[in-house]
Amino acid sequence: MHDAAYFVQLLLSGVTVGSLYALIAIGYTMVYGILRLINFAHGDIFMMAGFFMVYISASCSLAVSIPLVLILTVLLGVLIEKAAYKPLRTAPRMSVMISAIGVSYLLQNLATYITGGIARAYPDIPFLTKVMQVGSLSIKRITIITPILTIVLVAILVVLIQKTKIGMAMRAVSRDFETSQLMGIKINSVISMTFVIGSFLAGVASILYFANYGQVSPMIGAMPGLKAFVAAVFGGIGSIPGAVIGAFIIGICESFIKANENIAVFSNAFTFALLIIILLCKPNGLFGEKLTEKV
Amino acid sequence: MKNNKKRNLLLSLILAAVCLVFLLYVDKFQHYSMLASVLKKGAIYSLVAVSLNLLNGFTGLFSLGQAGFMMIGAYTYAILTIPVESRAAVYQYFDGGIVQFCLPMIVALVLAGIVPMIFAWLIGLPVLKLKSDYLAIATLGFAEIMRAIIQWKQVGPLTNASNLLKKFANFDSVLFPFIVSGICIAIIVLIINSTYGRAFKAIRDDEIAAEAMGINLAKHKMQAFMISSFFAGVGGALLAMFQSSVQANTFTSTMTYEILLIVVIGGIGSITGSILGSFLYIACSEWWLRFLDDPMPYIGVNIPFMRGGFRMLVFSVVIMIVVLFFRKGIMGDHEFSWDGIINWFGKLFKKREKPAKEVASK
Amino acid sequence: MKNVLKVENATMQFGGVVAVDNLNLDVNEGEIVALIGPNGAGKTTAFNVITGVYAPTNGRVCFNGECIVRNHPTGKMKKTYKGEHPTMYTAQFAPEQALEGDALKAWKAQQKERDGYAFSDHILAPTPDRITARGMARTFQNIRLWKTQSVFDNVLIAKHMRRTSNLFTAALHLNAKEEAKQREEVMELLKIVGLEDVKDELATSLPYGKQRRLEIARALATEPQLLLLDEPAAGMNPQETLKLAQFIREIRTNFHKTILLIEHHMDLVMDIADRIYVLDFGKLIAQGTPDEIQNNERVIDAYLGVADDAED
Repeated sequence: MHDAAYFVQLLLSGVTVGSLYALIAIGYTMVYGILRLINFAHGDIFMMAGFFMVYISASCSLAVSIPLVLILTVLLGVLIEKAAYKPLRTAPRMSVMISAIGVSYLLQNLATYITGGIARAYPDIPFLTKVMQVGSLSIKRITIITPILTIVLVAILVVLIQKTKIGMAMRAVSRDFETSQLMGIKINSVISMTFVIGSFLAGVASILYFANYGQVSPMIGAMPGLKAFVAAVFGGIGSIPGAVIGAFIIGICESFIKANENIAVFSNAFTFALLIIILLCKPNGLFGEKLTEKV
Repeated sequence: MKNNKKRNLLLSLILAAVCLVFLLYVDKFQHYSMLASVLKKGAIYSLVAVSLNLLNGFTGLFSLGQAGFMMIGAYTYAILTIPVESRAAVYQYFDGGIVQFCLPMIVALVLAGIVPMIFAWLIGLPVLKLKSDYLAIATLGFAEIMRAIIQWKQVGPLTNASNLLKKFANFDSVLFPFIVSGICIAIIVLIINSTYGRAFKAIRDDEIAAEAMGINLAKHKMQAFMISSFFAGVGGALLAMFQSSVQANTFTSTMTYEILLIVVIGGIGSITGSILGSFLYIACSEWWLRFLDDPMPYIGVNIPFMRGGFRMLVFSVVIMIVVLFFRKGIMGDHEFSWDGIINWFGKLFKKREKPAKEVASK
Repeated sequence: MKNVLKVENATMQFGGVVAVDNLNLDVNEGEIVALIGPNGAGKTTAFNVITGVYAPTNGRVCFNGECIVRNHPTGKMKKTYKGEHPTMYTAQFAPEQALEGDALKAWKAQQKERDGYAFSDHILAPTPDRITARGMARTFQNIRLWKTQSVFDNVLIAKHMRRTSNLFTAALHLNAKEEAKQREEVMELLKIVGLEDVKDELATSLPYGKQRRLEIARALATEPQLLLLDEPAAGMNPQETLKLAQFIREIRTNFHKTILLIEHHMDLVMDIADRIYVLDFGKLIAQGTPDEIQNNERVIDAYLGVADDAED
């Protein structure tokens, strides 16, 4: 019944979804690495980027609106950090996490208010959605572009973190927040940079995701967001290659689960089951570092 | 001291009597009003918020699985109390389901607590070892897993899959949720004030010190988790009765966030805070802020930005303000006490008299 | 003299760093024993091994002649282990290995009833609370009081582990008698340590010296036989230190406790300790009476030269 082409199709769509999760997961993993905060609002930044596109492209051409969307998304990410996380820098971690949940709630309600709660059609990006014929497979271009773009972006990011000064500062801060502050690292600019990168990648992911999916709705960010977070945990939080590998695994598994009608209802639950299993077997994820609390 | 105790008891009795009369009045004369509905839902949310507060506020376990336990409680209750003759209609796609008996309401209500408690034990064994935010995400994930399982076709004969469960035993009186919630919250308060409650607080304040002083972390965290789940389950059952239908899709993580925000508004670590927070939250979101969803044509001006969704937007801004600037919420980690209230009023009135008195005493 | 605590060949290795290297240490009943050494010598790590915060990489700890902690290098550590006696604490050191059939079962049941666990193999790494339950309590170098609790409650909570009530009887206040007795005992303890007048204040609002005292009171409330004090005089002025020395002596004579302490204040150590162990880079470099230690050249080289400056 299922031939090889069907299998390849599923695999490809899994890789595509996985790459998108990877782009979002990087935002989670970097913020967690530096602030030890699960940025619950990250999925909603992704959603907001979708709406930016819907509204901007109504009056601008794609060439203008794509960069504009990315800039706005980055601004939103930094704004959230400044408004909701920075004032709580010395507060207990639970307060910051609650603040993140509050921001997520706020963004969802804001989107609901602006759109009236109705899903909006995403503008068509012909360059991405064109269908190609490869042998017996018909593939959208986006399916191929997404993983390639993801790998390129991740490669750039890794170079950025390993070779540049700001990257070095980031690594220092994620190792020891207080000491790096004492060593004269400008903590706030490092944190802002983290949010800039995370939001930028979420913006890119949003364009690729919604161009494929076709519409945006206010609650759509939560699930991909959580899954990307699981991917980050799976790979070992704070580790970028880990997040990417985790995201690919989750994306591919999900694609196959969704294809089987009997268990399709578990496509979300599976991710969380994976999370619980990984936390039990390898609490620090695949590539995470062990942290011990000093007594 | 003794006088104060007598006075406080008297004041409490008076307050209780006033509340009772008020509830009876609402029950009798405003049975279908918004007020009655807010009161009922507020009482139910109080219980759930207090149960979450027991975990987050008193034991320091950041759990986000509350909606999942509520869902299990709601389903347990609903499945056990649908009258046998209605089952064929409810389970129309599953030949009337596999459960072919009906339990009395109170028994089912207790079971609605016990079943989530068993699940809490199962999930707690592995998950409670995790550190704060990992615990949060694992419990959140657990709730999502349970939601998927309930909606699975293969368990349809038990849970009716993604279809509604309805026609189960219900309450009508406004008093009912108050009585059940009241009893449950009283039990939680008793636990918190016992030696176990103190141990929970010690774990919250400093886990390592608590362990070094002989408090078994695994055991006590599990106890807190199970107690919390029990009451969340009962709360879920009450919510099912209030809505007179159950569907897994309503118990999302958003519901947990809502409850968490109630706890934050009321004050993390304050029971009375959670109760106040619940009534405020429910009243605001369902009733008092309703006007924001309407451009108000009837007062002559048409305010264009006031339309559907504006209420929730204003509401979430208010919540963010509380989270950022009033981190302690309404009550902080204090509890309501008559002495506190009287002192507070006393200060208000005595402000002017004070200098005069000081002069006199000198 | 009866032996209370015996640490045998304890080694604690973190990754490639050996924090405690083959430590042997004895504490007898009624003694005050001090563990000294320069910063980073592994004193606190040794405490953490004894109290169960860390399972040692190798070695064992006995309390009242009974083994309470025991481990040997396993897994990855087998290859990277740098310490001594890597095979000493494998099977042959486990008393249960000599037992068979019903005798083994009975022994395990007995263990389980007393400690809540029965070790299935020869690794023994109970959680700190179980070790505290055996009669050993500690204080912390960086004070770890329960911040939101009053002075009174801090001590009362430590009584929790000696309860006989369960969750239901406690919630229904059926344990009122026990509760009242505990409160009375706590009050008495606070009187003895001189904190009764501040009993309703928040623990963290106390001055530093009193917080340290409170930590000791809290440890005493668990009714230990052996008290472990981690730098009890840290941050105290000379006068407070003098008072503390008096207080520690009182604990020994009035409460009949045995005391093991880590300390940097040399005059305090020389004043109150019966015997002293000196650690440097995780290794024991000397042991003996205060006089012997003061005249030990290795110790003077490693430590006392520095400490003399610190005293001024």
